[in-house]
Amino acid sequence: MSKIYPLSDAIAQFVKDGDLIYAAGFTHLIPFAAGHEIIRQKRKDLILARATPDLLYDQMVAAGCARKVIFSYMGNPGVGSLRIVRAEIEAGNLEWEEYSHFGMISRLQAGATGLPFMPMNPTAAGDLEKMNSNYRQIIDPYVGKPVVVVPALKPDVAIVHVQRCDQEGNSQIWGIIGEQKEAAFAADKVIITTEEIVDDSIIRSDPNRTIIPGFIVDAVCLVPYCAHPSYTQGYYDRDNSFYLEWDETSKSKESVRKYLAEWVYGVKDRHEYWEKLGEDTHERLKVTPRLSQVINYGSY
Amino acid sequence: MVNYTSPELLTINAARLLRDGDVVFVGVGLPNLACNLARRTHAPNLVMIYEAGVIGAQPARLPLSIGDPTLVSGAISVCGMYDVFAFYLQRGNVDVGFLGGAQIDRFGNINATVIGEYDHPKVRLPGSGGSMEIAAWANRCYIISPHQKRRFPEKVDFRTSAGFLNHRKEREAAQLRGTGPQAVVTDIGVLQPDESGELILTALHPEKTVEEAKANTGWELRIANNLALTEAPTERELKILREELDPQRIYLKGGD
Repeated sequence: MSKIYPLSDAIAQFVKDGDLIYAAGFTHLIPFAAGHEIIRQKRKDLILARATPDLLYDQMVAAGCARKVIFSYMGNPGVGSLRIVRAEIEAGNLEWEEYSHFGMISRLQAGATGLPFMPMNPTAAGDLEKMNSNYRQIIDPYVGKPVVVVPALKPDVAIVHVQRCDQEGNSQIWGIIGEQKEAAFAADKVIITTEEIVDDSIIRSDPNRTIIPGFIVDAVCLVPYCAHPSYTQGYYDRDNSFYLEWDETSKSKESVRKYLAEWVYGVKDRHEYWEKLGEDTHERLKVTPRLSQVINYGSY
Repeated sequence: MVNYTSPELLTINAARLLRDGDVVFVGVGLPNLACNLARRTHAPNLVMIYEAGVIGAQPARLPLSIGDPTLVSGAISVCGMYDVFAFYLQRGNVDVGFLGGAQIDRFGNINATVIGEYDHPKVRLPGSGGSMEIAAWANRCYIISPHQKRRFPEKVDFRTSAGFLNHRKEREAAQLRGTGPQAVVTDIGVLQPDESGELILTALHPEKTVEEAKANTGWELRIANNLALTEAPTERELKILREELDPQRIYLKGGD
């Protein structure tokens, strides 16, 4: 059975109300198109987990999709505050669960490797551990010193955007690889969005670059420019001016409503969204190629 | 007389703290500028690590986020987030961490999480990101902050990352790998921990006064016996910052 779905069908089939979603990507490869599709399909009561909620979760929270966020840095990266998530937390409208980056990523690492929890060295900071009871201390059974542990994070659905994959979802990414592999292995269902679907022989020509094997993937969706306003290394640049503009847009509910009406509800899919951005934006985000040296795997 | 902005003063003094060959866990903004300035002046062998998992970055343009693609192109290595925090930071392979925050207290503890109560925040800040572990495990930490009374309270509202806790002995008892904050660079001068871990004024920038420093600190700031004067930013340092590193003056324009 083919795993290739239009993105809208993949979201319809695999993302349910109330699910814990991990839309992966540390600044890079953030699957905005999938988030927008979730908004269009009006999912609600989701638990949205990401190290950095980024604008994607700001928009999904604004659209009313979420009841809770799990994060380790809630800012607009490089700009400042993540206004909507912040305002909803300050108003007491949104549950949250918070870690440091290492705590968050250790939870995923445990989930991805089938362990119940992950140990970390103590940091002595103390206050976050007091406020979040998922942080516990246990005694290292070998030397008797305390270690900090966090429980496995096991998302219902991981959404991972990649540069290229084959029809089975064998996926290759390069550039910042953040927590994509961990999110995919930790999750129950995996949706891959991709810039390109390539022949299996291309994947096999460079197996070290494959981060996610197709046999843990449930859906493969061809979605070029999925990551805008974040970026895809070697394909298009980060739209920093969008991140700056969002700082203004997100200051008022009315302008956020207008944004969602025009750019999420008002477009059918990512293709229409990208065309609507226009040629000036396309040109501005173009990247000059910088190729790696070819390596020799050898024929054996 | 050379003119410079407050962010330029902070950046240049932070850069001077770095040693050639240091492996530095870098943040965007001023720490990034400070590291790139050091690399172009006295520390050509500085290794820059970004929490996004980039090792040995050589950014060709000013990175505007912690995961800017320019950090990747030309880097030594790119690894996942778990690896950068575990193999590099937790394992002890990071010499220097740069930190900032909304509040820094008398013992160098930092709040980047919340003003007011945690459960009912008056102001909700972004949170730890990497800082909880950087403060604990980088061999040396430097803090960069504008010098304002609200930013330097006697005690932080929330301890996102550890300085010397309530006393240097407390940090030592916690047996953390890193030695804690070594200096806080402000736009008035430099604070450094004394033998108890309390931050005291050890240097003033040109034309700044002890009175200014005291008036802008939320505890009774003590002054080092051998109070130093920092060297004014040089034309060379300013030229590199202005012409090469931040020509659009995104971080350096001042006014904070």
